[in-house]
Amino acid sequence: MLKQIEGSKAVAEAIALCRPEVICAYPISPQTHIVEALGEMVKSEELAPCEFINVESEFAAMSVAIGSSAAGARSYTATASQGLLFMVEAVYNAAGLGLPIVMTVANRAIGAPINIWNDHSDSLSQRDSGWMQLFAETNQEAVDLHIQAFKLAEELSMPIMVCMDGFILTHAFERVDIPTQEQVDGYLPPFDPRQSLDPKEPISIGAMVGPEAFMEVKYLAHAKQMQALELIPQLAAEFKQQFGRDSGGLVRTYRADDAETMIVAMGSVLGTVKDTVDELREQGHKIGVLGIISYRPFPLQEVRAALVNCKRFVVLEKSLAVGMGGIVATDVRMAVSGTGLKGFTAIAGLGGRNITKASLHKLFLEAEQEKLEPVTFLDLDWDVVNKQLEREKQNRHSGPIAENILYDKGMSTSAAKFG
Amino acid sequence: MSFQPVKFYQTGTYTVGNRLLGPDERSVQSGELRSNSINSGHRACQGCGEALGARYAIDAAMAESNNQLIAVNATGCLEVFSTPYPESSWQLPWIHSLFGNAAAVATGVAAALKVKGKTEVRVVAQGGDGGTTDIGFGCLSGMFERNDDVLYICYDNEAYMNTGVQRSSATPPTARTATTMPVGKEPGNVFGQGKNVPEIAMAHGIPYVATATVADLRDLEYKVRKAMKMHGARYIHIFVPCPLGWGSASHDTIKLARLAKETGTFPVFEAEHGEVTSVLKIRKKQPIEEYLKPQKRFAHLFGKHAHPEMVEHLQAIADRNIRKYGLLDEEKAHG
Amino acid sequence: MANKPFAITLKPGTSLANLTGSWRSARPVYLNRLPPCNNACPAGENIQGWLFHAESGDYEQAWRVLVRDNPLPAVMGRVCYHPCETSCNRGQLDEAVGINSVERFLGDEANKRGWKFDAPAAATGKKVLVVGAGPSGLSAAYHLARMGHQVEIQEAGPLAGGMMRFGIPKYRLPREVLDAEVQRILDLGVTLKLNTKVEHIEQSMKDGGFDAAFLAVGAHIGKRAMIPAGDAAHIVDAVSVLRSMEGEDKPMLGRKVVVYGGGNTAIDVARSVKRMGGEPIIVYRRTRDRAPAHDFEIEEALQEGVLIKWLSTIKQAEVGEITVEKMELDEKGFPQPTGEFEKLEADSVVLALGQDVDLSLLEGVSGLEIKDGTVQVAPNMMTGHDGIFAGGDMVPSERTVTVGVGHGKKAARNIDAWLRDITYAPEPKHEIATFDKLNPWYYSDADKTVRPMLDMIRRQTSFDEVQGGLDETNALFEARRCLSCGNCFECDNCYGVCPDNAVIKLGPGKGFEFNYDYCKGCGICEAECPCGSIKMVPEDI
Ligand SMILES: Cc1cc2nc3c(=O)[nH]c(=O)nc-3n(C[C@H](O)[C@H](O)[C@H](O)COP(=O)(O)OP(=O)(O)OC[C@H]3O[C@@H](n4cnc5c(N)ncnc54)[C@H](O)[C@@H]3O)c2cc1C
Ligand SMILES: Cc1ncc(C[n+]2csc(CCOP(=O)(O)OP(=O)(O)O)c2C)c(N)n1
Ligand code: SF4
Ligand code: SF4
Ligand SMILES: [Mg+2]
Repeated sequence: MLKQIEGSKAVAEAIALCRPEVICAYPISPQTHIVEALGEMVKSEELAPCEFINVESEFAAMSVAIGSSAAGARSYTATASQGLLFMVEAVYNAAGLGLPIVMTVANRAIGAPINIWNDHSDSLSQRDSGWMQLFAETNQEAVDLHIQAFKLAEELSMPIMVCMDGFILTHAFERVDIPTQEQVDGYLPPFDPRQSLDPKEPISIGAMVGPEAFMEVKYLAHAKQMQALELIPQLAAEFKQQFGRDSGGLVRTYRADDAETMIVAMGSVLGTVKDTVDELREQGHKIGVLGIISYRPFPLQEVRAALVNCKRFVVLEKSLAVGMGGIVATDVRMAVSGTGLKGFTAIAGLGGRNITKASLHKLFLEAEQEKLEPVTFLDLDWDVVNKQLEREKQNRHSGPIAENILYDKGMSTSAAKFG
Repeated sequence: MSFQPVKFYQTGTYTVGNRLLGPDERSVQSGELRSNSINSGHRACQGCGEALGARYAIDAAMAESNNQLIAVNATGCLEVFSTPYPESSWQLPWIHSLFGNAAAVATGVAAALKVKGKTEVRVVAQGGDGGTTDIGFGCLSGMFERNDDVLYICYDNEAYMNTGVQRSSATPPTARTATTMPVGKEPGNVFGQGKNVPEIAMAHGIPYVATATVADLRDLEYKVRKAMKMHGARYIHIFVPCPLGWGSASHDTIKLARLAKETGTFPVFEAEHGEVTSVLKIRKKQPIEEYLKPQKRFAHLFGKHAHPEMVEHLQAIADRNIRKYGLLDEEKAHG
Repeated sequence: MANKPFAITLKPGTSLANLTGSWRSARPVYLNRLPPCNNACPAGENIQGWLFHAESGDYEQAWRVLVRDNPLPAVMGRVCYHPCETSCNRGQLDEAVGINSVERFLGDEANKRGWKFDAPAAATGKKVLVVGAGPSGLSAAYHLARMGHQVEIQEAGPLAGGMMRFGIPKYRLPREVLDAEVQRILDLGVTLKLNTKVEHIEQSMKDGGFDAAFLAVGAHIGKRAMIPAGDAAHIVDAVSVLRSMEGEDKPMLGRKVVVYGGGNTAIDVARSVKRMGGEPIIVYRRTRDRAPAHDFEIEEALQEGVLIKWLSTIKQAEVGEITVEKMELDEKGFPQPTGEFEKLEADSVVLALGQDVDLSLLEGVSGLEIKDGTVQVAPNMMTGHDGIFAGGDMVPSERTVTVGVGHGKKAARNIDAWLRDITYAPEPKHEIATFDKLNPWYYSDADKTVRPMLDMIRRQTSFDEVQGGLDETNALFEARRCLSCGNCFECDNCYGVCPDNAVIKLGPGKGFEFNYDYCKGCGICEAECPCGSIKMVPEDI
């Protein structure tokens, strides 16, 4: 059914349709609306049977999910940013134990400085945790990916993060097609755990494993994700059959056929990118787009196949490997290694910085002319940065950076005393 | 008296068993068919009080739940010595997740059982003092406050043993650990305010809180069984001497637990909804030295460079417990 | 498991594959230590052993274990001075177990319920003569009969019992109790010939065709003291007085009776006199704490109104009056005369100064050694004459019923061996379960049960038994006060306290076994065994 609906609410409804049995929640913007909506559904018994647990921290949220999943209940939680970091130990543990938990990450920057706006640094920090990560471009896709995620997670007995851009998606009101319960039930079978805590068959889960077997355990987790590379397109195809929509899969290209310049990105920014590309196409530029849906497992082959025929590509990413550059870009380069393709990294939108069509326009044209630095920081205020760098060079006690920048930008009057 | 001792001469209910008692009066541990929840072959040190306490407690919980029990375990000695790949000692469904999240994982298990309608299956969480009073404290408090249907058992050996005997918030003042060495002006662990987790548990108003020791099996079993008859958040804090960490003889494990109780240094009591309902009285009061001397972690208090003032201070703490909890019978107190 | 996650998930209980027994440097072993009570019992009773059955209320079994060593529990429960209780470990905890009172309870139960001894072993065809039906002779006869020998007791007196009948007064040992226990022995097929004094042992053996003999004629000749006395002074000896108490004609002692001596016999005479309406005064050379009589007996006598003059000797006896000299103790504790004299009214003087043995039946027997008026015996109770054994008061030892019973048992075993031409080798004694081997924490606090006493008026005027027995409930209580020193009583402590589940419980009555595959040798079981039944022994590595 088509609804004009807030992204968070849409996702909450999709989750509910998946019949989760245990939901643990701890509030953090911009995830709050999702769990609030679910909480209400459980309270009103619209979603039943389901245990909704208000935990005392994200660490507890993931821990409760670990317990409930290990005991055979379909388990869900959602978080973002600091919350995700607060639960990190348990995030790794859930993957290590092979528990098919589904978690929404309403992507948000990581502090300090504390910042509630969108970028991808939170979930990308969990790149190696063993969780799968699927990125939604739209709220419709967020809804659809959640439904697929439960099936994928339970099929492989591995946890999944469904990542959707904070505020940009979570708080956006859009038309979304919410499937019916019958449709979802027809697609997603009841949870049949690979193993569960049960007095009828007592097993010990979570052994201490030494050097003699640890590598094998880790390899097996890797092998699971390799299997997911096959399973994800399959589930997307099944999804299309059941719901009549293209959603999910590993990657998706746009106007890529004869593109000489390809723009690679994840999440909602793909919308702006496509609009810009449309405009450039109209102006005759041979430019196309590669959207990555499955960040983990990373579809090396599909990425390579999508890029191999272009001449250059730009990875536009909302994340920064400090001291190195791009995060996604590294993987993309790995995918095309040996092809001699020219690749650029563009770091953009950190902490919610607006990514405008105008800026992209400029960026893509420069890329086409191969005039870009290997790593470009989109719309960076060099003036401010240089001033601070200069200050630091002169004075060891140069004061708090964020405060100084605010001052330089004229947003604060109190902070300059360190200058 | 926290449990009804059998009025019976010879050994009454002091010993594990008693051939003269009726089958329904016997302890779980005396039964040939006790579940031995932790099987032989575990790798705990010789004379480990934690291995013993865990079998006592979990066997009792198994008996009370008709073997419908799931255990969640925090990281620590108990976990490490019971489940090194490829062998497990546990005979019941068991899960280890992390050091600081046992209470929360147990909440999750309980939630799953509830939603699946498996009301007959019960959940215990267990951890060491470090996993309980320090790193797992947040999850523990959350579980208490929500009154989740979990029995949490803390095996208190008064330090982080698994990592080589470092101090925890349950380490007693003056005790030597690898991080509180007996050097300087105030050797050993400091005299702080202490952290009394049973009392903090009581402050949550949860249905049941109890302390116990491996020296009083019948009391321990009674408390576990009682806790298992209840629902909601329950907490049992069991005193388990550690020969390795305390520098005590492996055969003194039970003796030291007994002395901890008899000196008053470890008060044994139970509380319901935040109020103490009974205490296990001291039978033959002993001076604190009797408890301290067999333990190398207190050796610096005696001998050449003795610290009698610190011993006095420890005695004062024990005496305060005796007063506060009424651990001595009136007549004995005056006698 | 194959479909479960590799390595992270494990099968339950699989740690059995890890044999932690290899860590051990010392191993616990179960052992039986000798309880101090057993060690102290002159009759060699397995006290802890029979208390064990009494603890569970199985009194018949308790009695059966008891009578393996001593056929006279009802008697013992009244007259034995119970050295077992003196050495009982429980004495160091609160008060000794009332072993003697439980023994009496068992003996009385047996009489009440008519329990019989187990049938004797197959007949051996050997004949043994027992001379004297005192405790020692009865005990020997009993044991020999159970071993299958044909036994005949020849007794000089008109009734069996020896000093138990003709010495110990009724108010301490009612005769029906004695009769019942004697009869039970005779029921085994023992022949008792009364009024048959053996004049010459070798002759009697020959006449009856006996293969061996056990002599237990006691010590019946009252010792005399040189007291200057007028012709008419009435001086008698204690043994004759007590013997005549058993007959129709009670002794004529008058009102004021002086009893001379400080032993149990003196006390018994004085208390008997009191009961006959007389006014007894005991005169004794030394002080109360130096008197050979047991203090409890002195105490009971004083309670009943017997007067005692300590530190006094009789200097002169006349009709109706004696003169006593006051004594004082020298530095060595010997009484010395002071030259102070005193006169006491005395219708008669009873000498209770000990007894000598009548050895006339041994005249002419070769190989014998007689010393201090007693017959010397080897450790196997045999005299210097082959085939002739002796015990009880007539051999050098403490003179008590219990010692006599013990001699009878020991002699019987050696006679049996001698008849079979083998040597009897007693089992080696276990090490003693001293108090330090116990963990007394585990025993409930329980004070000793006090036996009821007859009221004072009846004690002073009748020969009714003074001390009452226990009833079923307090006998059970008393039995359960036993600490079971050195002998496993299945308290399950070892089974419970092992952190490695390395103790196997074999089931009720079967005890436990160590599982050395897993025992790490921590020693908690030994430390927490209440009764000292486990020992750690070093592994030889
Ligand atoms: C007054 C008194 C009170 C006592 N109280 C106690 C007491 O409370 N507790 C205690 O343990 N001990 C007590 N004793 C000591 C105890 O009675 C003796 O030690 C014990 O009876 C010795 O046993 P026996 O079998 O050696 O001799 P006896 O008991 O003296 O028996 C010897 C028997 O042999 C018979 N006999 C003797 N010569 C011959 C012969 N030639 N032919 C055939 N038969 C013969 C005698 O008639 C007698 O029946 C007491 C003794 C006395 C005198
Ligand atoms: C988050 C985290 N921090 C530290 C550790 C290291 N660690 C493992 S067990 C342990 C100590 C356990 O102490 P306690 O809970 O008292 O149990 P014990 O070993 O004494 O029984 C520590 C510090 C860990 N595993 N995880
Ligand atoms: S270190 Fe202490 S707690 Fe750990 S296994 Fe050894 S005795 Fe037990
Ligand atoms: S306690 Fe029992 S076994 Fe020990 S000495 Fe006393 S009666 Fe004998
Ligand atoms: Mg600890």
